[in-house]
Amino acid sequence: MWPMPFGTACCAIEFMGVVGPEFDVSRFGAEVVRFSPRQADLMLIMGTITQKMAPVLKQVYDQMPEPKWVISMGACASSGGFYNNYSVVQGVDELIPVDIYVAGCPPRPENVIDAIHQLQQKIADERSSKYA
Amino acid sequence: MDQTSIASKVAEQFAGKIVSSGEYAGQSFITINPPQLVEILIWLKSEQDLKFDRLMDIGGVDLIDHPSEPDHRFEVVYQLLSFEYRHRFRIKVAVKDDTVPVPSLWTMWGMANWMEREVFDLFGIHFEGHPNMRRILCHEDFEGHALRKDYPIDKRQTLSRPVASIMTEKQEWA
Repeated sequence: MWPMPFGTACCAIEFMGVVGPEFDVSRFGAEVVRFSPRQADLMLIMGTITQKMAPVLKQVYDQMPEPKWVISMGACASSGGFYNNYSVVQGVDELIPVDIYVAGCPPRPENVIDAIHQLQQKIADERSSKYA
Repeated sequence: MDQTSIASKVAEQFAGKIVSSGEYAGQSFITINPPQLVEILIWLKSEQDLKFDRLMDIGGVDLIDHPSEPDHRFEVVYQLLSFEYRHRFRIKVAVKDDTVPVPSLWTMWGMANWMEREVFDLFGIHFEGHPNMRRILCHEDFEGHALRKDYPIDKRQTLSRPVASIMTEKQEWA
């Protein structure tokens, strides 16, 4: 996977731990973080998405080439978290399709690695059914 | 200078212009009306043994349905600090409703610019003489003012315009 981090809050700091040497996501083949959406196929939404940020998220997602997948990391991105208020989107699935939701506030690095695992399994299953 | 002597010094200088005064959490405050704000703050900033040279924060308060039943709906709260004497003071400005303008302080403190925009955005209080009285936190299509007590708690307003139209609008950074 070629992840593109869309980090808006503290979950992005947790993601730094995931790519760091302690947890080392490169063991699972998703270590080359691309900061351009044109070069990525996995969008990692990490953090609170405000209503003001929503069009930006939509645009960055639209700029990613197909095929593309989305992981929504943490409570805020998945459901708004405890920010049930006037300014926060109540889950990014209101804006773009999401493949894997990761629970936690913030999630443990193991949760993120597990999400990448699950997504890789999902992609493998898609491939085998399509070309069976 | 301790809080009580600051409060008495201010009360002595501006007798008759202070609506009320009090103390909360070990810090004195005075409540004034909007027309006196600039005069009092210039004095507080320049007086030799006060020297409140730093504006720490500007906040808004909505007092609708408040148990104390004040005759004004809003308050704008100014937090002051003196770097030299390390003492603080609090000024509250009673604003009857959102038709009453409060004088802007941005010629005295440049940092008042964005903080006044924040109070305008969330409470709808207008600052007279402000160079750029636009929303700062909520998006451009937002209607109403989110921290007012009569703003519906479950009201959601989405911004559906594409990014391009937002980014190409004329921006004035005063």
